[in-house]
Amino acid sequence: MTDAIHASNVAEAGTDSAVAIAVARTSTVERILRIIVPMTMVLLAIGLWQLHIVINQVPRYIMPAPGDVITALYTDWGTLYPSLLVTLRITFLALGIALVGGVGLAIVLVQSKWIELAIFPFAVILQVTPMIAIAPLLIIYMPDTQSALLTCAFVVAFFPILSNMVAGLKSVDHNLLNLFELYGANRWQTLLYLKLPASLPFFAAGLRIGGGLSLIAAVVAEFAAGSAGKGAGLAFRLLESGYRLNYPRLYAALILLMITGVAIFAATSLIAWLLLHRWHESAMKREN
Amino acid sequence: MIEPAARSADAAQERLVVSMRHVSKLFSNGTLALKDMNLDVRRGEFLSLLGPSGCGKSTALRIIAGLGSASSGNIDWPSSRINARGLPEGDVGFVFQEPTLMPWATVLDNVYLPLRLNGVSRSAARPRIMESLASVGLADFEKSYPRELSGGMKMRVSIARALVTKPRLLLMDEPFAALDEITRQKLNDDVLRLWRETSITVIFVTHSVFESAFLSNRIVVMRARPGQVCADLSIQTAAMRDANYRTSEEYRATTDRVSRALQEAIMLGAQGK
Repeated sequence: MTDAIHASNVAEAGTDSAVAIAVARTSTVERILRIIVPMTMVLLAIGLWQLHIVINQVPRYIMPAPGDVITALYTDWGTLYPSLLVTLRITFLALGIALVGGVGLAIVLVQSKWIELAIFPFAVILQVTPMIAIAPLLIIYMPDTQSALLTCAFVVAFFPILSNMVAGLKSVDHNLLNLFELYGANRWQTLLYLKLPASLPFFAAGLRIGGGLSLIAAVVAEFAAGSAGKGAGLAFRLLESGYRLNYPRLYAALILLMITGVAIFAATSLIAWLLLHRWHESAMKREN
Repeated sequence: MIEPAARSADAAQERLVVSMRHVSKLFSNGTLALKDMNLDVRRGEFLSLLGPSGCGKSTALRIIAGLGSASSGNIDWPSSRINARGLPEGDVGFVFQEPTLMPWATVLDNVYLPLRLNGVSRSAARPRIMESLASVGLADFEKSYPRELSGGMKMRVSIARALVTKPRLLLMDEPFAALDEITRQKLNDDVLRLWRETSITVIFVTHSVFESAFLSNRIVVMRARPGQVCADLSIQTAAMRDANYRTSEEYRATTDRVSRALQEAIMLGAQGK
């Protein structure tokens, strides 16, 4: 029976024989240009910076030249590197906890509207309270500076992940929900096979926002809370260099922060692409 | 000793797949979608529910499927094992108006879904999935994602998914309404072929006179305000229902008959009696 139908389909294929749509591919030239164009723009900006220093004879204690910053990166690496590790640790720990907590709490929240009504206000209050205002308090309440910084970064990264996940879990196609009900799916199966995959685009958005924010929050919290000695992060190095008028080192610390931010953005974008590129519009090229 | 009359009643009972008894549905906004609807669906029938929009034909189908309950009346499954939710165990397949595929899953995984939800492992399910895909002519597309398929092909995947549990009753809710005429005719041919080659019973909701006249051997015409059955037509033909049948005198006579019945139903609905 199956063969007969298949054969007839091939023989008298109707208008829907527009078989598999070819996935758009990038040409080699475009792929190279995609790297060269942004690189050139960054180098150009650095060139302008150097030009500005030379033409206006800006002194080093106002603004260092790009060369000075690179030298500082090299000579001060022994000071900067441990601080970078501290900042990275806080950032990723905070992001990790925010991911687990945000996704977990979102799953709990969507189980019933009463749970959501009861818990959501706290999430909103945490979000709208300026973190820089509560950081000094956290320093008092937390056992040590590190955990205070971690808490600050977590609070900031947590909310976008939570609210995105709640939106995602709620925006499941109603017909698919009906389908799952029809086949007698239990709550667990509906969550695992339907709601979680359907909210992947929202998760990806939350991850990208949360990733960037956790770094910013880790730095801002350290500005507000302060730290010193062994546990000092890059924000402390920024402040310290500023006080000492050691601007090449300040710029070097700043550049390390920027590189970290760009790396986090690239990593979260890559994760989003890996999750979505086979099926979701947001990660696909237009085919015309 | 069983009385002959009782025996024949038993036999009739056995041939029933599902029956709606005095089913009414009142929505919370006050709309009476169905009023005292009675419908006996017999084994092997290709039954079309035909009517203007708002006549409750989709509502009736959803109630039979267990999606939403009746306000009063009941649904009987005389010859099926009933599960805890009052539905026949694995006996019903449903095809929605939209393909309703999971965009993140391949064609194979989409068709696998009903079996997966029943705890069948992927390796055990695979032969059944492939058979089901082959029956709609999509055996070569197991690894494709829905977005790579045309509208008609997505609908075929949806049909394959409904067939993968080998249901005895297939419910179709205006499945081809959004497709172009040529694709729709093609899919009509395929559904008819599947129906002829298996012993499946089909309830097919449509608002198209031509579609229902081509497919069905029984058409139940419904009216709106309130939703009720107002005609029950038997469509018998000796002719093979194929491309030639579409242009035959007999088909035209049938569509005329169905059109008149639908016209009456629309008038009744408009008068609101």
